[in-house]
Amino acid sequence: MKDKTITQAENRVIKVGMLARVEGEGGLFVKVKNNQVADVKLKIFEPPRLFEGFMRGRSYSEAPDITARICGICPVAYQMSAVHAMENALGVKVGGALRSLRRLLYCGEWIESHVLHIYMLHAPDFLGYPDALQMAKDFPEVVKRGLSLKKIGNEIVRVLGGREIHPMNVCVGGFYRAPAKAELQPLVEPLKWARDAALETANWVGTLPFPDMEHDYEFVALHHPDEYAFNEGRLISNRGLDIAISDYENYFVEEHVAHSNALQSTRKGGGLYFVGPMARFNLNYEQLSPIAREAARSGGLDGVCRNPFKSIIVRAVETVYACDHAIQLINEYEPPPSAAVAVKVRGGIGYGCTEAPRGLLYHRYRVDEAGTILDAKIVPPTSQNQRIIEDDLQRFVQARLTQSEEALTLGCEQAIRNYDPCISCATHFLKVQVERD
Amino acid sequence: MQRKNKPKLAVWKFASCDGCQLSLLDCEDELLAVAGAIDIAYFPEATRAVMKGPYDLSLVEGSITTQHDAERIHQVRRNSKLLVTIGSCATVGGIQALRNFKDVKNLTALVYANPKYIETLSKSTPIADHVFVDFELRGCPINKAQLVEIISAYLNGRKPNVPKYSVCMECKRRGTPCVMVTQGTPCMGPVTQAGCGALCPAYQRGCYGCFGPAETPNPRALSEQWKALGKTPQEILRAYRSFNAYADAFRKEGDAHEG
Repeated sequence: MKDKTITQAENRVIKVGMLARVEGEGGLFVKVKNNQVADVKLKIFEPPRLFEGFMRGRSYSEAPDITARICGICPVAYQMSAVHAMENALGVKVGGALRSLRRLLYCGEWIESHVLHIYMLHAPDFLGYPDALQMAKDFPEVVKRGLSLKKIGNEIVRVLGGREIHPMNVCVGGFYRAPAKAELQPLVEPLKWARDAALETANWVGTLPFPDMEHDYEFVALHHPDEYAFNEGRLISNRGLDIAISDYENYFVEEHVAHSNALQSTRKGGGLYFVGPMARFNLNYEQLSPIAREAARSGGLDGVCRNPFKSIIVRAVETVYACDHAIQLINEYEPPPSAAVAVKVRGGIGYGCTEAPRGLLYHRYRVDEAGTILDAKIVPPTSQNQRIIEDDLQRFVQARLTQSEEALTLGCEQAIRNYDPCISCATHFLKVQVERD
Repeated sequence: MQRKNKPKLAVWKFASCDGCQLSLLDCEDELLAVAGAIDIAYFPEATRAVMKGPYDLSLVEGSITTQHDAERIHQVRRNSKLLVTIGSCATVGGIQALRNFKDVKNLTALVYANPKYIETLSKSTPIADHVFVDFELRGCPINKAQLVEIISAYLNGRKPNVPKYSVCMECKRRGTPCVMVTQGTPCMGPVTQAGCGALCPAYQRGCYGCFGPAETPNPRALSEQWKALGKTPQEILRAYRSFNAYADAFRKEGDAHEG
């Protein structure tokens, strides 16, 4: 590798045309002027798909199927936020076994999405490979473990949701068909293996070389008194935020800037905030199962994590939790009397916020008396993290101005991948350029 | 058999959800074998390494919705020996083709505060509207077994075995009793191409058309059946206007129920 240290680097530009190993299309532009980072833009040129526009006039019942198509990586998250928002609008309460099945489905997606990110998108950065397949030549057993682990997450989604991508078994009120006990039970043994493999993963990612970068972020996540929150709870932060989901738009705003086909979110008044695994881990640590807390310790985390590069450890911890929790849910499962709660259509407004693998996913719908959607608002996690990513990059580059172009570009890309950005989601996001003039 | 020069695979993305290309990474059991038989030469979702074209096999996901993409697809075609489109977005314009039935300026203004920052075409169109396509793999999402079949067929120099018959055939083979006959559940299976494995009826739900029109469908007759089951023209319209709304047979039947 060429390592040319740039001495007269007072003015420079770092550009990454097309970011790799992220979901969707985006790039980065960083401008350095007189040894100061003057501008950082996370460019999102993923074409706009206008979902919120064409949701109007559709039936309430179509929301989970249509919004799933925003993202092929986290369709379950879209389905969960959609059904919770609609149930909120229609006054439907889903509890018992149906509620547990939703948690199980989410466990599947967390495992599949987190493991994809840990092994295939993020780990190659730490070890200096362009991708997991090249990494597999030197670490075949590690990559195979990742693939097998990912497969088990997908398997949960397939059995319960019907298929891995855009599951078709989810509906407002519950499911089209609830699985028999005998359909879920065969998942238990593979999940026990997966829990061990996830523990090994936490151990392994804990040994990776981490750039030194800590920051005092405002973390925002869903919090539930009785469980590690997936679907329900209140929105809390480490700086005293504690609001109902329906108050989301009173505290957070979206902005539209020229360099992005994704809207960007901030706290009202302009404060930046951080959503995703690290936010959940820091705010809801106490609700992780004992084995997941043990995984955190074995990965080198002691309760609070403020280095975004260490989010890879947090994803492994959450994978342990999801495997462990899935086993518990399956063992306790008794099929519900009916696959879905009966829905009585009425007019109203509904709010839903669930924890997608990448963080908070907010949906709001207004429906008329016939159940037709009048308007829709969807705020994906990557939109919310977009400003924090730009802020991280500013500090990251500022502290490393003497590094070579190549090292700095790789570092910037890695810093972006800390957030597992899903650009397809955010436009419903990324190109890297650094300019020094 | 070890080949001297492995064929080069490229995976391209246009407007889409990434789900169809993710199907390749979801082939957990086959992925390392596939990577052994071909060079993954261009696949930004999976690797930052880029090998120069031309590419032997290009998989294209997504639809054309911007002027820039309308130009980019021609470069992809010029750099590809075989071009296979994957998924409903690439083969028929996808869910974002719902804009084709509305005024895109109004839609953009609904979503973005500064519509002037947004460059987008009035229609979402399939890849085959722009360049010659060697094979179209349908589905929202595609079936990963069919994707492996395409790659395997290509490596072995044969025609892919991807049936064009309807979902009904898969239901019969699976032994699922017809949900429309036995439960009166409206189902798009009779007009929808097989490929998913007839999932919905097996989950007590009517098919909702993810794989687009089957070969020689008869949507008019199906609509009569849906009416007999109590579905309104509006509901029939919406059923055809989803992930494959701009596919010829679905578009026409949807239009017939408008207004």
